[in-house]
Amino acid sequence: MLNNQGRPTTPKDSAVASHETFTRNRGLQMEEALLFEIGRTDVTGVDLDEPTAFVSRLGDLARDEEIGLPGLSEPETMRHFVRLSQKNYAIDSGLYPLGSCTMKHNPRLNESMARLPGFGDIHPLQPQSTVQGALALIEELAGWLMTLTNMDAVAMSPKAGAHGEYCGMAAIKAAIEAKGEGALRKVVLVPESAHGTNPATAAAIGFEVRSVPAGADGNVHPDAVRALMGPDVAAIMLTNPNTCGLFERQIVEIAQILHEGGGYFYCDGANFNAIVGKVRPGDLGIDAMHINLHKTFSTPHGGGGPGAGPVVLSSRLAPFAPVPFIKRDGDELALVEDAHGTQALGRLTAFHGQMGMFVRALSYILSHGSDGLKQASEDAVLNANYVRARLADLMSLPFGNRPCMHEVLFDDTWLKDTGVTTLDFAKAMIDEGYHPMTMYFPLVVHGAMLIEPTESESLASLELFIMTLRDLAMSALRGETTRFEGAPFYAPRRRLDETRAARAPVLRWIPPQPIMDAQQAAE
Amino acid sequence: MRYLPLSDTDRSGMLARMGVQHVDELFADVPAHLLLKDPLDLPRRKGELDVARQLGRMAARNVTASSVPFFVGAGAYKHHVPATVDHLVQRSEFLTSYTPYQPEISQGTLQYLFEFQTQVALLTGMDVANASMYDGSTGTAEAVLMAHRVTRRNKAVLSGGLHPHYAEVVRTQSHLANDEVVTLAADVSASEDILSQIDNTTSCVVVQTPDFFGNPRDLTAIADKCHANGALLIAVFTEVVSLAALKSPGAMGADIVVGEGQSIGNALNFGGPYVGLFATRTKYVRQMPGRLCGETLDAEGRRGFVLTLSTREQHIRRDKATSNICTNSGLCALAFTIHMTLLGEAGLKRLARINHANAVQLSGLLAGVKGVEVLNKSFFNEFTIRVPGKAADVVEKLAAKGVLGGVPVSRLLSGKGLDDLIIVANTEVNTDDDRASFVAALKEVV
Amino acid sequence: MSETRYTKDHEYIRVEGDVGIVGITDFAQSQLGDVVFVELPQAGKVVAKGAEAAVVESVKAASEVYAPVSGEVVDVNGAIEGQPGLVNEDPAGKGWFLKIKIKDKAELSELMDEAAYHAFVSSCS
Repeated sequence: MLNNQGRPTTPKDSAVASHETFTRNRGLQMEEALLFEIGRTDVTGVDLDEPTAFVSRLGDLARDEEIGLPGLSEPETMRHFVRLSQKNYAIDSGLYPLGSCTMKHNPRLNESMARLPGFGDIHPLQPQSTVQGALALIEELAGWLMTLTNMDAVAMSPKAGAHGEYCGMAAIKAAIEAKGEGALRKVVLVPESAHGTNPATAAAIGFEVRSVPAGADGNVHPDAVRALMGPDVAAIMLTNPNTCGLFERQIVEIAQILHEGGGYFYCDGANFNAIVGKVRPGDLGIDAMHINLHKTFSTPHGGGGPGAGPVVLSSRLAPFAPVPFIKRDGDELALVEDAHGTQALGRLTAFHGQMGMFVRALSYILSHGSDGLKQASEDAVLNANYVRARLADLMSLPFGNRPCMHEVLFDDTWLKDTGVTTLDFAKAMIDEGYHPMTMYFPLVVHGAMLIEPTESESLASLELFIMTLRDLAMSALRGETTRFEGAPFYAPRRRLDETRAARAPVLRWIPPQPIMDAQQAAE
Repeated sequence: MRYLPLSDTDRSGMLARMGVQHVDELFADVPAHLLLKDPLDLPRRKGELDVARQLGRMAARNVTASSVPFFVGAGAYKHHVPATVDHLVQRSEFLTSYTPYQPEISQGTLQYLFEFQTQVALLTGMDVANASMYDGSTGTAEAVLMAHRVTRRNKAVLSGGLHPHYAEVVRTQSHLANDEVVTLAADVSASEDILSQIDNTTSCVVVQTPDFFGNPRDLTAIADKCHANGALLIAVFTEVVSLAALKSPGAMGADIVVGEGQSIGNALNFGGPYVGLFATRTKYVRQMPGRLCGETLDAEGRRGFVLTLSTREQHIRRDKATSNICTNSGLCALAFTIHMTLLGEAGLKRLARINHANAVQLSGLLAGVKGVEVLNKSFFNEFTIRVPGKAADVVEKLAAKGVLGGVPVSRLLSGKGLDDLIIVANTEVNTDDDRASFVAALKEVV
Repeated sequence: MSETRYTKDHEYIRVEGDVGIVGITDFAQSQLGDVVFVELPQAGKVVAKGAEAAVVESVKAASEVYAPVSGEVVDVNGAIEGQPGLVNEDPAGKGWFLKIKIKDKAELSELMDEAAYHAFVSSCS
């Protein structure tokens, strides 16, 4: 008997034609409405029983206004946020060469450790006798951070890198005040290539920022520091390795100049991941340095936080660390939470810092061990140099073809007269399935492109990335501008109108006019 | 090493292709005598199993909130978080993405931030909210700085009902910036006289509601006096669920509303990471710290979202930025948004009623314990009790009996003569049995 | 009869009698990109030469606008607050920022004339 279930299985020619769909979806690429357009205020995805009768103790302050918060059932919630997630690029889906941001692999062991009830389900103010294991974890992580940096103390509570900078600079201010030089030392030296957070931090603490020019080789030179050094200088804020991807060759001499002049050396540790296990910041003369646990020690970036920014301190600054800190008394660990009677600079946050990030970072550190951490730094530097070496013939290196650290900086000299800008080039990378590199930062080179592949990339992945950039570069040099000008063509959205967003900001959902009118008519 | 894809063969091949003999040649800029030749004297790499065992042993030494009758609050609260929330925040595309600086491939993050901002604005009764701060305490300090920018004054008045850690963060920051702070005495019964502190040199007044001791505060008169003097009212909350039960700070006239969002979507985590909520009036938006997500159109005319008004921020303004803040609390904000979406208005209001009902019930039971006094006339889901003797000892003794019975006020306010007070929180997670165990243990202890 | 003078910060001042109309030059608007926000002083404010008089922001950049000469701000162009795009479209015309009642006309001679400014701009790029 003939089986009539057969049907054509070769695509027809018309299969390549594209057309607008009714839903505006493009297959797996789903459009998703706002929660406020699909939710209803009387729908909930949580089953809760109404409490039995009780006498309210809210006084006369009970809320009688509507809130206007829409809800979704559980399946709708799942679908809404899964669809949203599918519009994001992520490390788990591809190479993410954002220089200065360190998008390395986020091990899932760390996630499961942070979710152990013994860490995730404990309260910051429950009796300290009931959280000895948590305090031990913080102490252990602190020990690793001090040993890896060869520093004397570490303030664990800062919530992010910029918060760590604030902590370190506050400790410097406290030390200066303790010496009676508070009215005198008002100036902080900041190189032009610094992250914007550095001058912002110095200004927030009441310091005046004095800019240090970078040398033609991308490094800060002792002579430039010496020329600006004086009795009014409190500190220098120097990033090492710097934002050009270079190790500050004369950092030891710069530290000496600061110390001899009575100032302090703050190091922005954003790029510590290049040198963990290779050189210890304490050996370089640094007095304070924040460590971005979300960069160097792989806690997830989470689409913009949460981060964590512990600050290691030299013996000169250690007494001024903020509360809380941990004190050991035999086998007992105790939190010192009250700044009174100490030289502590005060308190920078409620509670004790980003415990969830501490667990993840320690999980990463224990997994690597001292040998693995060193290897990770070497691989990060090797990968960046490999990219440099393989692209140096096509793209321009502002400071010459010399070894870089964990990231390589190109400028846009090579794009001159092609009609393609750094921005266009970056957006074309999106069409090729890559997240763009960091663009237009640091500010010291024109049209900067800062590439940090990290140690998480295999050789095969790097090769494909390099070949893709070479293809794009040659295309740009041939003047094939259409591939760039309109890019990206294949992302969930084309280029967005940022001018429109900023001129008439729409920062929250507001009911469309017909709905508002209908509501008013009903009232 | 399982996280490192390069093999030794790859490494030597790459070096050879670059004409480099040894990887240390790439570290040539490091002073040679400081370059470490060998790994530091620390433990070597470990497999997953060993790491999990080592960390598991530490975790096992802590008493978890779910394992005992648990009444600890004072700024962080134990709530049930639906399983869906943690599943979704662990999606690779949320967990392992960066700040949405490339909007074409970050619409997922940007759209939920827009939804988050809207939810926070609605809850607080304000016009606009940012994409989150580190936590409630740092958000409060940022709010004070913002008020200084708006008013061009630099004196803040802190209510004695403000969480002591929050007050200390504000004082530390103000000391560093040479700003002035007046902190009113700890105010257990919400009877302080704030109004007389407000004059035409005041930049802002910071009032928490419900306050640290659990008292809901009527802000209306304070708002009026502030506005008559050109000052701003900053309303603070540490328990965001309370906003569903109590008149919103916006409706009472607050100019900035800031607080802790941990209760919704986020675990206790021993104090962090949490998520700071920050909302204000439209007219002040350009003085607001932190990231903002806004709506726009793409080149094909489709709706999309971008980070906007970034000229306020450090990467453009540098030393003139409104704040040095460079991140938000993205994933915690996502957890908040998902949990809030699951709840919706109906669910959130019911959750608030359950919290309040449980707390009312507990207050009645505790008031019946001889020697124990409930101090609050009104409260939401936490209140303050007076016990005979030292509260810290009582709490330790309760812990020894397997009950985590609140926070002794002396832990945060020592030397203020408040050594006999305990702040007790009660949420939807507490059962009748929990309350009975608490009361029974307390009877034995006092 | 009006004359226009220029500063090294790319402000212009067009002198009409004892009042100067101040704005940013075409070169400045092109460097900033699409202007999205302008902050103007209150009329009546007295400014010193070189002091910050206004702020202009694009999506990716922010700049202060400094007073080219000392004097009193007698008028501001409210139209550019609502339509900041005017600064890009017509910087020398509808995109002006403020009018200053000039305190000391001698200060004008310290500024560049058109030819000098053109030379200055070509040295900038």
